[in-house]
Amino acid sequence: MIRALRTRRVETAPFLLLTPALITMLFVVAVPLVFSLWASLTPYQLTKPATLWRFIGLENYRRALSDSAFWIVFGRTILFLTIALNVELLLGLGIALLINRITWGQRTLRTIMMFPMMFSPILVGFQFKFLFNDNIGIVNNALQSLGLTDQAIPWLVDARLAMFSITLAEVWMSTSVFAILLLAGLFAMPRDPVEAAKVDGCNAWQVFRHITLPFLMPFAYIAMAIRSLDVARAYDIVAVMTDGGPAGRTELLWTVIARVGYENAKMGQANAIAFISTLLSILFTWHFYRKLVAARRYMGGAT
Amino acid sequence: MTEVVESAASKRLKRVALTMLTFLLMILMCLPGLWVVLSAFRPNREILAKPPIWVPETLTLDNFGKIFGWGTEQVAIPVGSYFANSLIIALTSTVIALLIGMAGGYAFARYRFRGKGSLFLGFMLFRAVPGIALSLPVFMIWSRLGLIDTKAGLIIVYVSLNVPFTLWLIDGFFRQIPLSLSEAAQVDGCTRWQAFWKIEFPLARSGIAAAGVFAFLTSWNEFALASQLTRSTDSKTLPVGLLDFTAQFTIDWAGMCAMAVIIIIPALVLTFIVQKHLIAGLTFGGVKG
Repeated sequence: MIRALRTRRVETAPFLLLTPALITMLFVVAVPLVFSLWASLTPYQLTKPATLWRFIGLENYRRALSDSAFWIVFGRTILFLTIALNVELLLGLGIALLINRITWGQRTLRTIMMFPMMFSPILVGFQFKFLFNDNIGIVNNALQSLGLTDQAIPWLVDARLAMFSITLAEVWMSTSVFAILLLAGLFAMPRDPVEAAKVDGCNAWQVFRHITLPFLMPFAYIAMAIRSLDVARAYDIVAVMTDGGPAGRTELLWTVIARVGYENAKMGQANAIAFISTLLSILFTWHFYRKLVAARRYMGGAT
Repeated sequence: MTEVVESAASKRLKRVALTMLTFLLMILMCLPGLWVVLSAFRPNREILAKPPIWVPETLTLDNFGKIFGWGTEQVAIPVGSYFANSLIIALTSTVIALLIGMAGGYAFARYRFRGKGSLFLGFMLFRAVPGIALSLPVFMIWSRLGLIDTKAGLIIVYVSLNVPFTLWLIDGFFRQIPLSLSEAAQVDGCTRWQAFWKIEFPLARSGIAAAGVFAFLTSWNEFALASQLTRSTDSKTLPVGLLDFTAQFTIDWAGMCAMAVIIIIPALVLTFIVQKHLIAGLTFGGVKG
């Protein structure tokens, strides 16, 4: 009897320990998600509470998916994520490799490197809005002082330049996240394989391509997974810098959600789009998690 | 002989050049942020000057005086209460998220149980819900529960945002600690609880600190949820308070830059203190987890 109780206690211990975590996740994420799923199946409007109980099936989804404007925004969001994540990875890799080779003052460099990470995304939005201001912004002032242009460039007003400016802000903010994770990876790397390869006559590029890079890939995928978990932080930047404008040319899924839901009060429609965007985020995260597991397995097989 | 000396000297020169180049690049990278910090200490007329004044002629604390209401010129923005709100909300949610994350992380690191792998991934996937997408249903539920415009409302949300991440990192750290250590303590007469506090907790401390910094920064910097769930000085946080500087067509840039400095300083100090732990924390918690 006592024995049976004891084995049962061992079984329940992890679940007891996990209960607080499960409760918070259920209460703040799972319940709202179910609620959101339900709301996305109704024509719910904040101003008319009764509409929450009218079931209209997949009408909201049909409306979104048959709207070409939605697909443009959808495509733009994916393009934005792809470009930003890859540029951040490349720049972060470059910075990590550079700092890893420095012997004097490396700790100071690491601290300087982390400076952009301290900025809240909303702050980054205002900051770049300030820098790209056509009148007083440092970017235009510098270009004009150097004589590169004679008139102010409308960085945030011109459709194509605005998207470029937003991407630049996002890259500025997040590159150090990649750099620090990859640097942590370089610190953890064993020296022996590199030495051995050098003895065997590999040049610097070959060492990098066949030893350093495969070792770093799990770290890169961790960075990708973490970043894709909160890429929607870019909402803050876009909301402040252009708020989707000019003429909707910098609109991303997240700004559409906010506009439809809070400004137009069409909560049902907004919840449908939010659900689609959530699925997209989960897909991105799942993809990088799979790649991470595969990269780890490859490393396990290689060493 | 001279050739060897020369090549050693040129190697040294190369290294110095590389170091200097890296420093220069990093400072260049920080420039967009540094310009904002510098602008916080310049009078508005210098910021708005046309043609631009590159080298500041006067440095002043007036912008800070203005938003805190020290000087004669005053902007009616209750930065003090925003700051207090931010601090209370970020600290409370960090502590709670760490406690929950420690319990969960310990469970994942030390016990085998059914559904462990999928539960672990499930926690991460919950984190994939974008803040703005979460804010719609949370807004609707919170308004029924009367949690809109309360500190508690934001604290609950931030705890759940941070739990997956603290759990992930702390699990990685507990795995680093050999099981034999706590077993030995238990043989010597400690309970499992005592073994945890005397052996495992001190060893995992740096990882827990790293997780804490991440949790604090997430709560301190969050905007999308806070902007929808707060209304007044009772609960508005600093990031939401930034919007107070924008009128429909104009922005008070000097005040905004000063406010930016106020938001950055706590984050900067905290990261500086724990930056040594941070990189170790990422190495262990991330890859081997």
